[in-house]
Amino acid sequence: MADALQTLRDAAEAAASSAAALAEAARGVAAEAAANAEAAAPVADAAAHASGVDPFVFRLAIFVLSIFIGYYVVWSVTPALHTPLMSVTNAISSVIVVGALVAVGADAAEGATQATKIFGFIALVLASVNIFGGFLVTERMLGMYKPKEKK
Amino acid sequence: MENFAALAYLVSGVLFIMALRGLSHPTTSRQGNRYGMIGMALAIVTTLVVAGPSSNEGVLLIVAGLALGGFAGAQIAKKVPMTDMPQLVAAFHSLVGLAAVFVAAAALYSPVAFNIGVPGDIHAASLVEMSLGVAIGAITFTGSVIAFAKLDGRMSGAPIMLPNRHLINGALAAGLVFMVYTFIQTQDVFWFWAITAAALALGVLIIIPIGGADMPVVVSMLNSYSGWAAAGIGFTLGNEALIITGSLVGSSGAILSYIMCAGMNRSFISVILGGWGGDAAAAGGGEAGEQKPYKRGSADDAAFIMQNAGSVIIVPGYGMAVAQAQHALREMGDKLKEAGVDVKYAIHPVAGRMPGHMNVLLAEANVPYDEVFELEDINSEFSRADVAFVIGANDVTNPSAKTDPKSPIAGMPVLDVENAKTVLFVKRSMGAGYAGVENPLFFFDQTMMLLGDAKKMCEDIVKAMD
Repeated sequence: MADALQTLRDAAEAAASSAAALAEAARGVAAEAAANAEAAAPVADAAAHASGVDPFVFRLAIFVLSIFIGYYVVWSVTPALHTPLMSVTNAISSVIVVGALVAVGADAAEGATQATKIFGFIALVLASVNIFGGFLVTERMLGMYKPKEKK
Repeated sequence: MENFAALAYLVSGVLFIMALRGLSHPTTSRQGNRYGMIGMALAIVTTLVVAGPSSNEGVLLIVAGLALGGFAGAQIAKKVPMTDMPQLVAAFHSLVGLAAVFVAAAALYSPVAFNIGVPGDIHAASLVEMSLGVAIGAITFTGSVIAFAKLDGRMSGAPIMLPNRHLINGALAAGLVFMVYTFIQTQDVFWFWAITAAALALGVLIIIPIGGADMPVVVSMLNSYSGWAAAGIGFTLGNEALIITGSLVGSSGAILSYIMCAGMNRSFISVILGGWGGDAAAAGGGEAGEQKPYKRGSADDAAFIMQNAGSVIIVPGYGMAVAQAQHALREMGDKLKEAGVDVKYAIHPVAGRMPGHMNVLLAEANVPYDEVFELEDINSEFSRADVAFVIGANDVTNPSAKTDPKSPIAGMPVLDVENAKTVLFVKRSMGAGYAGVENPLFFFDQTMMLLGDAKKMCEDIVKAMD
């Protein structure tokens, strides 16, 4: 019994020590990987720049794909809802408000002048009229479309 | 943080796509509109988190701007009559266009805040995108203002034809290209404002020669422009939500313009070149020749004929909107249904002054949407109908589009109302439609003209049915 216990304990100790050794090795590998990654980052960066993968290209991809999405989605809109379609597209295009918010929120450290704030504020007001007006008038219109009452 | 923002903008772009997707059926449309609102809120909150104001003054300005614009917008949305939707949409387009101009100006004056370079050394790509955004935005602004004035009757709907207008427009467009080029080279603020001024002028000149009746195409086209302007600014700001939305709106407006042109069998180019179709009044002088005989009926006659019919198809047009006759018309429809008559509505794609205009008016008058049918779905049913009741529509029912290849509206898809056993035609007077084309339908044996105001006529018919 005692013998068996001793063997077990030995085995456990051996396992523990090899686990520790493994952990140590893993840590070493991790450190090495980190070092590699650190070394690789500038290389990747340089590669990205050198091969010209500009963020612009990604945006262009988004732009082109969205045109296709728009094409298929809009064709599936029922003609009865073409007026709400116009008012809701109008409302969502007011997402241009994000540009106005950046302008109004810019501070002097970012070189914001009085002019920037004024332009931003005007754009903010115009876009807000459109956001609220557009979505609410769409909501009002859509609320009018009712099916035949079941008798 | 920047990755978080980009992902959030992507999510709001997806929500906008779902907003449009919801419009494929009236039952899902309101849910879609909610998605749109959530998407907008997300875009605004994200912007405030990543580029929020650092000063109290900034916070105050943002709150004030949102409250001011929001209040005005909500009031307008609540009060506008449904018949004024075309001019409201035109007015809203003008706001998007102007906002694009001001955002571009702000980016030019403080490039650091927008991450596009430093003053005097802004990235060339950003300058290109910025100038495209501002040019399209400015054209959208003045173009929409003119469209609004024409639709709202503040300005004659008749085309205004300047001498050499194609030459002027061409020169202005060439000038714009030159100014954009110079602006990118010099980065001089002067050229930015020169682009804006030239584009503003171009917007006016493009829209004034287009007649009131071609406004459905113009409104859709400006819808498309406002989208492209937003997309241009989206590239400048590197904002995915704006790029996605801009391209969605741009393609949406383009498709609507195409549908409207197809509904008139006209090319987009011929509409844009303009000069066609003023108001009905302007073109109404064409009946000076010999007066052909036509049958004239009264409200009592109409009530009698329709009450004894098995089925009635109602064809509404812009005249119904002008006369605000949709409620009286629905009452008439209800009375007919009580009398056991099968009532349906037939809508031509270009009826009214904007896509879907008639559908909204009928919906406002509580006409269930499943009684309202599009041209291709109902056209074959006229041959089985007892009565076609045409109210405020004219050219869209003109059979000469099918029979007379020399007619100005030849080839335009029309509603085959002449196939019904009886045609009741509600019309203010015997004048021609906006296209200046006489409608031979008036002189057919089965046609009875109900001359008078559309609303009054419907009310009289309702009274006569009691």
